[in-house]
Amino acid sequence: MLDSALSVFRMGRNMARLMEGLGVTLEISVVAVGLSLIFGVPLGLMMAGSNRPLKWLLRGYLEFVRVMPILALLFIFYYSLSKFWNINLSALTVSIFVFTLWGAAEMGDLVRGAVTSLPRHQWDSARALGLSEGQVSFRVIIPQAIRRLLPGVINLTTRMIKTTPFVFFINLPDLLKVGQQIVEVSGLRYPLASVWVYGFIFIIYFVICYPISLFSRYLERRWAS
Amino acid sequence: MSLGPDILKIKDLKKNFGSLAVLKGLTLTVRQGEVLVIIGPSGCGKSTLLRCLNGLEPVQGGQIIFGGQYLTDPHINWSRTRQRIGMVFQNYELFPHLTALDNVLLGLIRVQKRSKTEALAIAERWLTRVGLWDRRGSFPRQLSGGQKQRVAIVRALALEPEIMLFDEVTASLDPEMVREVLDVIVNLAKDGRTMLIVTHEMAFAKAVADRVIFMDEGLIVEDAKPEVFFENPATERARRFLNIFQFSDIHKPQEPSASPLAKEAQDVKESNDAKESNDAKDSKEPELS
Repeated sequence: MLDSALSVFRMGRNMARLMEGLGVTLEISVVAVGLSLIFGVPLGLMMAGSNRPLKWLLRGYLEFVRVMPILALLFIFYYSLSKFWNINLSALTVSIFVFTLWGAAEMGDLVRGAVTSLPRHQWDSARALGLSEGQVSFRVIIPQAIRRLLPGVINLTTRMIKTTPFVFFINLPDLLKVGQQIVEVSGLRYPLASVWVYGFIFIIYFVICYPISLFSRYLERRWAS
Repeated sequence: MSLGPDILKIKDLKKNFGSLAVLKGLTLTVRQGEVLVIIGPSGCGKSTLLRCLNGLEPVQGGQIIFGGQYLTDPHINWSRTRQRIGMVFQNYELFPHLTALDNVLLGLIRVQKRSKTEALAIAERWLTRVGLWDRRGSFPRQLSGGQKQRVAIVRALALEPEIMLFDEVTASLDPEMVREVLDVIVNLAKDGRTMLIVTHEMAFAKAVADRVIFMDEGLIVEDAKPEVFFENPATERARRFLNIFQFSDIHKPQEPSASPLAKEAQDVKESNDAKESNDAKDSKEPELS
């Protein structure tokens, strides 16, 4: 049995292709989550700010991204853009763009929630000490908001990673799609191929996502002490 | 105690929350080294007055002149000015993610740009003075309410402000912790610090004040020495206000017909109740706007 498992992975370029698929999954996840964090923080601070027109604009953006299925967003930016405006973006670029568009909106909303949940007098007492507006944000508000943000951010990160297989619909073979192709080709010769391949993929996703949970638990414990 | 020159002049100060006038042309002068206790029913504008002095509330009219500088100038550098005006609030407003020591160091290092060693020496001196140097590594949630307020007070004092504003600093404390906080303030008064104190602790007010300011409906109604104000207030409104505190410990009033004194107590209580419901309405208004 173990033989058949190893044979599936040894056949042709199967292992190399799985690793390429993993590369696509990781690239989209890491870049999009990173960019979402970078854009989400200022977005959230603006959403919690006092500029009303800007708040409405961001609210509209958030609701648009939230209501729209990710798949539809991928199609719009991959197929529709090229058809109507002749803008041809690579599937990888579109994927990263769409996942960032989604992640930044949700991250912004998480930041907004964390910031507005802080008591009003935290701002007052920080200002009363003579801290500048920037120092109030970076020394007092953001450090406290991050602690409240953590569970939501971890949740969002794993959700984004788990959603990456959608990119196959714009012809980008990620880890899961490569696995499926391998199972289809070798399923006749090795009946247990699906168990081995999907099992392998499960372990890889676990290895990616579990450390994130561990890290968040570590931080929560450190901040609680 | 000898008083210095005028340090703070407030002229015709006006503050509105929407259509509600909270300060209606308030005028007040404070001399260096003076301890002013501001009392009055809730919603009378006393907390708002302190917040205006620290630029936490924009004002709609009048002038505030502090040490020769116009605080009502729209181009004022508040970061620099607030170092000269220390403020402590009613709610525990220590930063919960920082230890007691780091709370005190923050302003010294980030605002005043002092070296770590210098800031530490200053923090040690102040925390020791309020008996909390041993607790310097504790986070606010590990401190009692009284301890938190003492840290909040020295956090403001460490920046060496020229005037201190205390906004009902004992109002959220359990009764047994009120004393330890008030003792710190009494000690500061002995040092000759200029202080504006909003409080409901009348015995404390009597002990610490050089002048008592009684406010009602956005104006100063009385401005008197504490012995004069507490023994013999000039206005009916002040007398009624002080009565609240005298009668507040009567749990079971006697039968209404029993004595004229009891009847009077009943009247006072009723008028207070009516007043309080008004005030509650007033004080809610600002938060909405």
